[in-house]
Amino acid sequence: MTNPIGDIGGADFILAIGTNTTESHPIIGLQVKKAVRNGATLVVVDPRRTEVAGLAHYHLRLKSGTDIALLNGLANVIISEDLVNKEFVDTRTEGFEALKETVARYTPEYVEQITGISADIIREVARGYATAKNATILYTMGLTQHVCGTHNVFAVANLAMLCGHIGKPHSGVNPLRGQNNVQGACDMGALPNVLTGYQSVTLEEVRSKFAEAWGVGELPATPGLTVGEMLEAAARGEIKGMYIMGENPVLSDPDADHVIHALEKLDFLVVQDIFLTETARLADVVLPAASFAEKDGTFTNTERRVQRVRKAIEPVGEAKPDWQIICLVATAMGYPMQYGSPAEIMEEIARLTPSYGGISYQRLENGSLVWPCPAPDHPGTPILHAGKFARGLGKFHPVEYVPPAEQPDEEYPLILNTGRRHFHYHTGTMTLRTGALEEYYGREHLEINPADARALGIADGERVRVVSRRGQVEVTARVVDTVPPGVVFTSFHFPDVAINRLTNPARDPVARIPELKVCAVRVEKIA
Amino acid sequence: MAEVTLTIDGKQVTVPVGTTVLEAARQAGIFIPTLCHDPDLTPWGGCRLCVVEIEGMRNLPASCVTTATSGMVVHTASPAVVEARKTIIELLLANHPMDCLTCGKNGDCRLQDYAYMYGVRQAGFAGERHSYPIEDDNPFIVRDLNKCILCGKCVRACAEIQGKNVVDFAYRGFNTRVTPAMDSTLAGSDCVFCGNCVAVCPVGALQEKGLRSSARTWEVKKVRTTCPYCGTGCTFDLNVKDGRVVGVTSCDGEVNGRALCVKGRFGYGFIHHPDRLTRPLIKRNGIFEEATWEEAIGLVAERLGAIKKEYGSGALGVLSSARCTNEENYLMSKFARAVLGTNNIDHCARL
Ligand code: SF4
Ligand code: SF4
Ligand code: SF4
Ligand code: FES
Repeated sequence: MTNPIGDIGGADFILAIGTNTTESHPIIGLQVKKAVRNGATLVVVDPRRTEVAGLAHYHLRLKSGTDIALLNGLANVIISEDLVNKEFVDTRTEGFEALKETVARYTPEYVEQITGISADIIREVARGYATAKNATILYTMGLTQHVCGTHNVFAVANLAMLCGHIGKPHSGVNPLRGQNNVQGACDMGALPNVLTGYQSVTLEEVRSKFAEAWGVGELPATPGLTVGEMLEAAARGEIKGMYIMGENPVLSDPDADHVIHALEKLDFLVVQDIFLTETARLADVVLPAASFAEKDGTFTNTERRVQRVRKAIEPVGEAKPDWQIICLVATAMGYPMQYGSPAEIMEEIARLTPSYGGISYQRLENGSLVWPCPAPDHPGTPILHAGKFARGLGKFHPVEYVPPAEQPDEEYPLILNTGRRHFHYHTGTMTLRTGALEEYYGREHLEINPADARALGIADGERVRVVSRRGQVEVTARVVDTVPPGVVFTSFHFPDVAINRLTNPARDPVARIPELKVCAVRVEKIA
Repeated sequence: MAEVTLTIDGKQVTVPVGTTVLEAARQAGIFIPTLCHDPDLTPWGGCRLCVVEIEGMRNLPASCVTTATSGMVVHTASPAVVEARKTIIELLLANHPMDCLTCGKNGDCRLQDYAYMYGVRQAGFAGERHSYPIEDDNPFIVRDLNKCILCGKCVRACAEIQGKNVVDFAYRGFNTRVTPAMDSTLAGSDCVFCGNCVAVCPVGALQEKGLRSSARTWEVKKVRTTCPYCGTGCTFDLNVKDGRVVGVTSCDGEVNGRALCVKGRFGYGFIHHPDRLTRPLIKRNGIFEEATWEEAIGLVAERLGAIKKEYGSGALGVLSSARCTNEENYLMSKFARAVLGTNNIDHCARL
């Protein structure tokens, strides 16, 4: 996020794209509600009538996967009606002409044809966003889980820069991260192309700095493979061994049958987790890890806030904190790795990472710190891009609308949309074992519009089979108009409804995010 | 900012214009008991326990809804004030189950605190008592309306913090109670079980089902930490008894204040779930067998080392985790690059 969570409550205009904020990020949802209570205009862009959509002044139920067309349409209106923040565009940005040229084609009437949102509404929303004192954009996986995920993010940034709604309070471009430490995992270089703080592996000076600190001759210089590419390489027999810590790709990644096939093909798989997950079952060795309650450390939340995790109890059984296990494996492989505590590891991170340079456990005892925090006396940076973008001028990246990779057809006439539920989390390994959450919300269902249900002869509560080109699952139908005709929805939290057996691994060419939000399916009655 | 100076219990206190007498007293370190007041909720002035004497005013005003003015002379513990408070506590106790022996809030209950403080032993008024059934048809919250003192905090918390308006006052007089629409239960309403009403309830009327049935309030050690679920990063206290996490309670989090969602507040049960892995496992002939750490680590090191040697670093891949700590992700990156010699490291950021 460019802005803090606490900022959202003070916005005058909120454009929430593909985020069911009140369910997926309930506490951020409270800020949205607060803003609405204080008179803010809320626009929700989502094909589903979600809880947060129920609070919206404008609910744009666009056709799945047409976000870029809509965003370009908004930019088109802002430019053609002369609502651009000229001072901001002149002094802070570059590439405006190119954007203007690209979005010229996206007239509200043209966008209406693609998205199904009326041209008048597009105009009203564009005017509202542009003329608001402080407008903020919130978005999440609904926006990034498309083939064109990266482009969607560019399209959002274009809009914010056009109107100067960035680099000041109550505004900005705010991705809401799904998992507690996705931000931190990225910051720490758990990515194939960068080391900590997004320092590129292709830069010689970066590699030599790390090589020296880590006491090795040299570090690999070419970017590695992403999750999806690793699994493909494993299926081809090119990757022979994998070490998986705390992830469950069998349930969370698209085209689950292919994932299982790839992992089974490995010569050696080690999985480190707190439960014997669907992925761990495929392993040769399983290492029992400590839960968050059993170790010290830090998480970085979606607003870049680094916060302490504190050990409350001893690890259960013989489990060990992940950091200790990694040290043991490294040492056994002839690379002595030893730390007295996570605080020492953070000292090393701070030395090697400019944006974390001023972060230490000692400081975190007095409260969290928001990076960039380059020095021990730096207060942290809750609002990004104030006065200046990191790269100097903010660059407009014009992007074109590309239809979803898989369109519904005669054989697979419906669009399957996947997402999260309020009472559950990710692949359910934790929330299905709490003794409370699963008791209250213990079974998954498929939301289907009454019109489609009628056509298929499906009644509420009936078992159905959902089939895609890649796989199938059985689930109970819930006939509701929260989904529009032609769209069905369910979550990926429940192993017995392993919906990612169906989803499409087609990936965004830049960020390599699988297109989990759109895949063509058919729904059949189970005889 | 404009300020006013007033005298509270003989002490000169200077506060910004608009401050209530209650806040002014608190800033000066002077205690005034409250039941319905909460700094995060709109003032209500309903319980009247916070009354004070203000020279020149005829009645005893409620300090939580009285604005401090210049030259005001306030007495927070005069005989009249103490008498009034005692009467209020007596009236509350007259219709209270006095269930302290088994109540989960024992030791962390404002009514109990104030009865002790003002020496109110039992009801001075014998009266009619409620006998509402206890509502525990959901796995998260137990509601015992017999213990409700009608302070309205839960109503305001639900409306103002959670934005839900699930519960409200219904009926009149002695029959007044706080309930979801149509006298339904929480489970039968729109309630999302955030428990933010439980966090503000001053008595035992709303309790966390798991926590309050497994530990007395004074038995727990509280450890402040960060929620392991979504990316919001709420802060809360893990409640620990005998080396086990028995519950979660709110603290004043930087991101969330006292608010939490159902996952953060009630989703801790996985920590001690019997399915937790407690020993390393090695698969032999397709079946997992328990192993020692030495064996397991030795085998991992040997096999990864052998693959590296035979096929090169590019034949190895690592998945780190969006659920592990920064320190662990850093070490995994270091391990992949410095030990295995590959940039094949990723995690499920894209999901
Ligand atoms: S648990 Fe949350 S939603 Fe339910 S009544 Fe309490 S405050 Fe309202
Ligand atoms: S349930 Fe608790 S918070 Fe709600 S009115 Fe009764 S005593 Fe107050
Ligand atoms: S309490 Fe709820 S909103 Fe807060 S971090 Fe945890 S899961 Fe997210
Ligand atoms: S606390 Fe002031 S009236 Fe209740």
